[in-house]
Amino acid sequence: MTRSFRLLAGSLVIAALAPMALAQGLDPERAQSLREGHMKLMGLNIGMLGAMAKEEQPYDAEMAAAAAGNLAALGSIDQRFYWVEGSSSEDLEESRALPAIWENMDDFNSKTEALHEAAMKMEEAAGTDLASLQAAMGPLGEACGSCHEDYRKPEE
Amino acid sequence: MIRRALGAAIAIILLAGGVGWMLTSPEPLPASAVEGPPGDPERGALVFAAAGCASCHVAPETDIGEAPVLAGGMAFVSPFGTFHAPNISPSPQGVGDWSDAEIMDAVMRGVSPSGAHYYPALPYAAYAMADPQDMRDLVAHLRTLPPSSQENLPHEVPFPFSIRRGVGLWKALNLRQGWVIEDDLPEPAARGRYLAEALGHCGECHTPRGPLGGLDHAQWLGGAPNPSGDGRIPNITPGGLEWSEGEIAYYLGTGFTPEFDTAGGEMAAVVSELAKLPDEDRAAIAAYLKAVPAIEPAAE
Repeated sequence: MTRSFRLLAGSLVIAALAPMALAQGLDPERAQSLREGHMKLMGLNIGMLGAMAKEEQPYDAEMAAAAAGNLAALGSIDQRFYWVEGSSSEDLEESRALPAIWENMDDFNSKTEALHEAAMKMEEAAGTDLASLQAAMGPLGEACGSCHEDYRKPEE
Repeated sequence: MIRRALGAAIAIILLAGGVGWMLTSPEPLPASAVEGPPGDPERGALVFAAAGCASCHVAPETDIGEAPVLAGGMAFVSPFGTFHAPNISPSPQGVGDWSDAEIMDAVMRGVSPSGAHYYPALPYAAYAMADPQDMRDLVAHLRTLPPSSQENLPHEVPFPFSIRRGVGLWKALNLRQGWVIEDDLPEPAARGRYLAEALGHCGECHTPRGPLGGLDHAQWLGGAPNPSGDGRIPNITPGGLEWSEGEIAYYLGTGFTPEFDTAGGEMAAVVSELAKLPDEDRAAIAAYLKAVPAIEPAAE
């Protein structure tokens, strides 16, 4: 499940990018919508984990492991192709990606990597038991938040 | 006749000046508030997290972590000028040489060791309602944190706000003497009120301000323009926030909204500090937020 999802996610990205030889060639609006898709897929899987963590849904080790595996796979994707110049919140109305991303790309990348690490920790925890899953939610939220703190424009 | 009128005018000016001088005079805490059992640094760590000290006093673009270096330097833009958070680490450049009472006067009364007013960018109007024992614990914790030799940046505040004495008038209008939500609240909402109104100073961002920069209590927590200029700080009264108590408490501990989006902006740092508190405290804040009067979004 995890592996096939990883392959699927990877091939989706490749399919989306195939016509573009260079990252700079990606249309900013398309890049923005691809990023949003990536975020929504992460949100979907975090939502499955979160509903169990909050005990709104009964804990199911297999489902939890699947969601966490997806999340780790999404976290592992190299995102360089869709953070193109000209797709910040200053450039596009729908974009909430602050220009600070492009000014601090190294820091931004390290925060992306921190999320990947938190997602891998979740992958270890989620299938173990409910208490482990619940404990891993905090660091995961912290990783999401530390990037959104500096680099996402607040909602209007 | 003219001489008498002139004399009266001078007397009135002197009197007005005298009253003004008295009204704007910095007033430290009474000795009774400062004296008490010595502070407990472990309890103080929780007070420190609840009060969000590190969110503003770490160096710009620095993570708070477990033992933050409170070097200061972050800039806060306001309609009255730009304020720079000072070094409050235990060092000669920070507050290392200050007595406990001096630190408490700064935090709870906005009065410096030399008797000058601080600008209300430091939310002492809220901290005025803090429990003095919590403040002694906070000071004890502050003294355990790593020192920084960073020098303070001067504030960039134009005339007339550059006259610090004028802050005395602001304090006469805004330094809190009681709770904003005065009702008799049951527990845990009463504990939540303490955390939200005093230590957490939620109102500083979530409540709109009047022309003189004081919080508009009639619109308490009803949302406000973001000082950074981007969007609005949300309405978190029952009129604006439809989340359940459980959802609010979970958000304050993990940053996850009910839709599993996450906290961003300044709130991300607030959440990472509130996550250090016990579960009951976050549940208490949630209970309090359900108890405040609903501000309808139309009134924002």
